[in-house]
Amino acid sequence: MIINHPILGPRDAQEFTYLGDASLIERPDPQAENADETFHDYVYLRDNPAGEHQELWYHEQGDRSWLVVTRNTLTHEITDVQLARDAARARGRSK
Amino acid sequence: MRYSGLRVIKEALTGHKGWTPQWRNPEAKKHYDVIIIGGGGHGLATAYYLAKVHGVTNVAVLEKGYIGGGNVGRNTTIIRSNYLLDGNEPFYELSLKLWENLEQDFNYNAMVSQRGILNLFHTDAQRDAARRRGNAMILNGSDAELLDQDGVRAMYPFMDFENARFPIKGGLLHRRGGTVRHDAVAWGYARGADMRGVDIIQNCEVTGFKIEDGKCLGVETTKGFIGANKVASCVAGSSSRVMEKAGMRLPIESHVLQAFVSEGLKPLIDGVITFGAGHFYVSQSDKGGLVFGGDLDMYNTYAQRGNLPVVEDVIESGMALIPSLGRVRLLRGWGGVMDMSMDGSPFIDKTHIDGLYFNGGWCYGGFKATPASGWCYAHLLATGNSHEVATEYRLDRFKRGYAIDEKGVGPQPNLH
Repeated sequence: MIINHPILGPRDAQEFTYLGDASLIERPDPQAENADETFHDYVYLRDNPAGEHQELWYHEQGDRSWLVVTRNTLTHEITDVQLARDAARARGRSK
Repeated sequence: MRYSGLRVIKEALTGHKGWTPQWRNPEAKKHYDVIIIGGGGHGLATAYYLAKVHGVTNVAVLEKGYIGGGNVGRNTTIIRSNYLLDGNEPFYELSLKLWENLEQDFNYNAMVSQRGILNLFHTDAQRDAARRRGNAMILNGSDAELLDQDGVRAMYPFMDFENARFPIKGGLLHRRGGTVRHDAVAWGYARGADMRGVDIIQNCEVTGFKIEDGKCLGVETTKGFIGANKVASCVAGSSSRVMEKAGMRLPIESHVLQAFVSEGLKPLIDGVITFGAGHFYVSQSDKGGLVFGGDLDMYNTYAQRGNLPVVEDVIESGMALIPSLGRVRLLRGWGGVMDMSMDGSPFIDKTHIDGLYFNGGWCYGGFKATPASGWCYAHLLATGNSHEVATEYRLDRFKRGYAIDEKGVGPQPNLH
């Protein structure tokens, strides 16, 4: 697989390590009343879709950036790659 | 029809005209006591033990494709009972005991071969871990022997003992482990279940559940609605896709694991060997091909095929262990999709929906578990209670803080 890095261009997927579903960006509020419930779901439960999947890849043997890759889990086709920083900001996670 | 040596001789002398199909191809009834979704090894074993042990015979097994076409026909056929943790080892020991008597039990030649599994270690720390694991196995009624380098050398002299990076210091030998002909396991269970009245419905995909007032009343399929008192999902690899139709999210990711077989060779490896310094394990089939595999491709996928970097990684590990593999030609490689759970251990449990049961999360250890998985799932379906060796395989164990994490790597499915 080739991941089209937003800054570095097309890179072999072997340069990256894989973390998992990009929902891991959405860390719940630890101060909330139901934090034990929301953290259980956050840490342990996954949508695990067959089809389009947004996921976190880390460019370990490159520029050490985290990426949000949109990839089809049935065909391995990659349709979108963003810096995780930008994706997190778009979700209102960071300043 | 009962199979026996006498029967083979009789049929040979009468032109093989007396053989009959091993199971029927029935139409689905309107309603069953139990519907099992998934005609793989575990689903068929569940149906078999439901009928044989618990007398529940009004059972349907619904299979999207054909039976034996999924992971039960894609694994590397290894059986073993060499787990460390108390939540796991009694279950796998029951499984191995069922394997040992399986062929007599279901009157089918599954070629169960207890040829021994050798887990190699390469460092002092790994030796300590192997000794601890071996003791845990023995405490749970399994068998284990710690071999030093000479002991391993006597078994497999062709390995690279003095490898500069990964010298082989010894191994943990589990003599009762071995291999089984995996297709015959599916066929044997299917025949045994069918003989006792279970309907095996092939080419029948479940498209939804009928759930009213928190109770599951049956399943929608490509062959119409089928009602049931109890619906039992047993579709490891696709668990998230099926249970999503019941509105459930699972502690599971789907990953692909690749396996390979070489051209046929003369007898070389009479047991199973696992490399301790990389992901590689190998056995030799009765046809002579070396059957081997390694690590996951590491990313979520439902494609039953892997990518080349893992092929390279597996072969490199193999070469580090057995340099003479370099002269062997690869015949085939394939992939199977696994339910990788959050702690590397499976689930056999009721769900929060009345009448809906779940079996899955087998990671890459599902094949060896087939008899015990069927045994314990049938027990749960028939009695309403977990079998005593499967009490830890609950869906809520993460919420309660009772993960069964053999490798201790935490909730990261691709690392188990």
